[in-house]
Amino acid sequence: MRRILAGIVAIVALAVIVAAVLGAARPRHDALATTDYGSQSPAKAVPAADASPPDDGNWTMPGKDYASTRFSALSQVNRGNVGKLQVAFTVSTGTTEGFEAPPLVVHNTMYIVTPWPNTVFALDLTKPGAPAKWVYRPNTAAAAKGVACCGPVNRGAVYADGKLFLNLLDGHAVALDANSGTELWRTQVADIQKGETITMAPLVAAGKVLVGNSGGEMGVRGRLTALDEGSGKIAWIGYTTGPDKDVLIGPDYKPPYPKDAGKDLGVTTWPPEMWKIGGGSVWGWLSYDPKLKLVYYGTSNPGPWNSQQRPGDNKFTAGVFARDIDTGKVRWFYQSTPHDLYDHDDINEIVLADVPGPNGQRIPAMLRPSRNGFFYVQDRRTGRVLSATPYSYINVYKGVDLKTGQLVRVPGMEPQQGRVLRNICPASPGAKDWNPSAFSPVTGLVYIPHINLCQDMGISNANYIAGTPFVGADVKMYAGPGANRGVFTAWDPIARRKVFEIKEDLPLWSPALATGGGLVFYGTMDGWFKAIDARTGKLLWQFKTASGIIGQPISYRGPDGRQYIAVPSGVGGWAGAIVTADLDPDDPTAALGFVNAVKDLKKRVAAGGVVYVFALPK
Amino acid sequence: MSSRFRNSFVAIALLALVCGCDRDRQEPRGKPLGETVPMAAAPDTIFPGGGRPAPLDARAAAYEGNAYAIAQGQQLFTWMNCVGCHSHGGGGMGPALMDGKWRYGGRIDQIVASIANGQPNGMPSWRGKLTSQQIWQLAAYVRTLSGQARKDSVGARAETMSNSPPQTQTIRKPVKPADSAQQ
Repeated sequence: MRRILAGIVAIVALAVIVAAVLGAARPRHDALATTDYGSQSPAKAVPAADASPPDDGNWTMPGKDYASTRFSALSQVNRGNVGKLQVAFTVSTGTTEGFEAPPLVVHNTMYIVTPWPNTVFALDLTKPGAPAKWVYRPNTAAAAKGVACCGPVNRGAVYADGKLFLNLLDGHAVALDANSGTELWRTQVADIQKGETITMAPLVAAGKVLVGNSGGEMGVRGRLTALDEGSGKIAWIGYTTGPDKDVLIGPDYKPPYPKDAGKDLGVTTWPPEMWKIGGGSVWGWLSYDPKLKLVYYGTSNPGPWNSQQRPGDNKFTAGVFARDIDTGKVRWFYQSTPHDLYDHDDINEIVLADVPGPNGQRIPAMLRPSRNGFFYVQDRRTGRVLSATPYSYINVYKGVDLKTGQLVRVPGMEPQQGRVLRNICPASPGAKDWNPSAFSPVTGLVYIPHINLCQDMGISNANYIAGTPFVGADVKMYAGPGANRGVFTAWDPIARRKVFEIKEDLPLWSPALATGGGLVFYGTMDGWFKAIDARTGKLLWQFKTASGIIGQPISYRGPDGRQYIAVPSGVGGWAGAIVTADLDPDDPTAALGFVNAVKDLKKRVAAGGVVYVFALPK
Repeated sequence: MSSRFRNSFVAIALLALVCGCDRDRQEPRGKPLGETVPMAAAPDTIFPGGGRPAPLDARAAAYEGNAYAIAQGQQLFTWMNCVGCHSHGGGGMGPALMDGKWRYGGRIDQIVASIANGQPNGMPSWRGKLTSQQIWQLAAYVRTLSGQARKDSVGARAETMSNSPPQTQTIRKPVKPADSAQQ
């Protein structure tokens, strides 16, 4: 007995020593990165493990990982010391258009993609002042700016396997050698003569580069194109509208609800031929589940905005696709907003997270703060809606019927030709537009930067002329209840309630970043970059940048082992067009009605294009 | 009624008639004007040796401030989707047309040239898609957005749905010249 006891003691001692040695040998960040955030509280959402690997201190894609968490596990900057954060260096890009793309950091190199003309800077972070290693100038067609509905923006590049992938506004996807900046291939995937541009960031996974088109306001036919990562050759194209063979719907298609089942719904839910010019573009965010081999993304509004020209559900616009990444075949589709009436695209970010189920098991789910104002939690295997809760003020939808998956409308709020419908909430940019949320596994909360706008809308007949807008609506936006145009909401996706909210005067058009230091970062359109306490929302630090912030903040580990925070500053996009394009506030319908909501913006901020990088003092 | 009073009444009526007709004068049987788009002087141009910009195209007089041309242009502005980019003058995808600032010249013949030829930052070329007459009508309407046309030649009702002020209330904004060619 004593011998057995001694043996056990010896084994335990050995285990402790081994663990200590292994622990000491591991770099300190791994200790944090491998923390099992979920074990702290079983009632929390946790990131999909396969889609969210431990943080290596790099930032290789806009969403941070395939799960689109926009969460950095780095914790050197934390609630206690963030007040001391200061500028480490800045980089001017020479552009003055809306600056949405996050800088990427890989192997001590920072990659910056600018809005049109889509210049790429590769900066050497190991040298003082981060001098350029190379600069790539793609000579993007200037005419493309004339068909980019909401500013000639770019939402970022992706680094994978020694290559940098990005999309040009004039409809090309390119791959660069990340070391030299040499162009490896360039493939045309959109045509500006049809009003198509590309503003989205590609997603690179399983040897494919996935690229969508923009132009929901130009009567384009939306699609997602998969290119071979090595050659740039087109592997498959999945259209949003049209017959099943174009949408890539086959025997694998398992619609979550009967309403989404049927043959050639991409044709039959439209008036004759309208599906060919029906929008449903793919200009937002993609997520990828490596375990299920499914890529998830949302489709844009149907065109034209005048809904009376297109009776029917208008499939497969304003909904979410799950496609097999190898073949493009649709696994399931869920239409969040059938027969959209107000330009409520469904392209927002999709956070892949596992949520607690009724019997203690974990359900592989997706979290979606949608443009129509509902926060959707859906089973990402089937598309079934687990919950859909308003996270913002809504007066045009009553709710989502969980039995049928159907969005329930408020009667009488349908725009009609020849009259003006007033007080539509949320307005056309929705409760939240493109700017993505961050999801922190530390708190289990989703941090949603969004807007609080309502609008008047009058519709009229729109003529389709290729390469020109196909809208047929006059819109005038203004602040919603409370008069604050922006809101920052921390949302508990399990308890389905807001934990805190911060009212912002201007619409929030910047994405969010959450960090392991218990912080959340976001920026305002008048240039304040803010750090708040992830649990309480208390403002802990802020810095006024040169222009307005509508770009994705990131966090990375520098070559010196310190944690850095970087953010682009350059107002623009749809919300900031009044500044970048010098629009006239005397016309309330300017910029599809957004100008009326931000008449004061020209006085408060000027255009710019600078990346700020912050760190704690040495 | 004294004859003097009658005379002045006739004179006033005649004057009103003449002025009234002028604002939407059409010359269906007049001498036809050349159906070509003008080679309007580019704005912001140097004329080496101290040259002068080309004079205003002769056709301008038939369209500028002409109620019929403006009304036709206003319809075309919506039908041809100009409104999708320029909104009702405030701009969007395209620049504002109501603020007196002109990248490519704000003279009516220069606006005609921009519509027909397109411009490098995304303005489409409408040559061959619209007749020259339609292009001139559009330009005549565009001039009204910054209040350049006479108030009795523009529509008193806003065509827009979302309570923009009508054209008659548009404040004239002086066309800010990049050079003398725009006056």
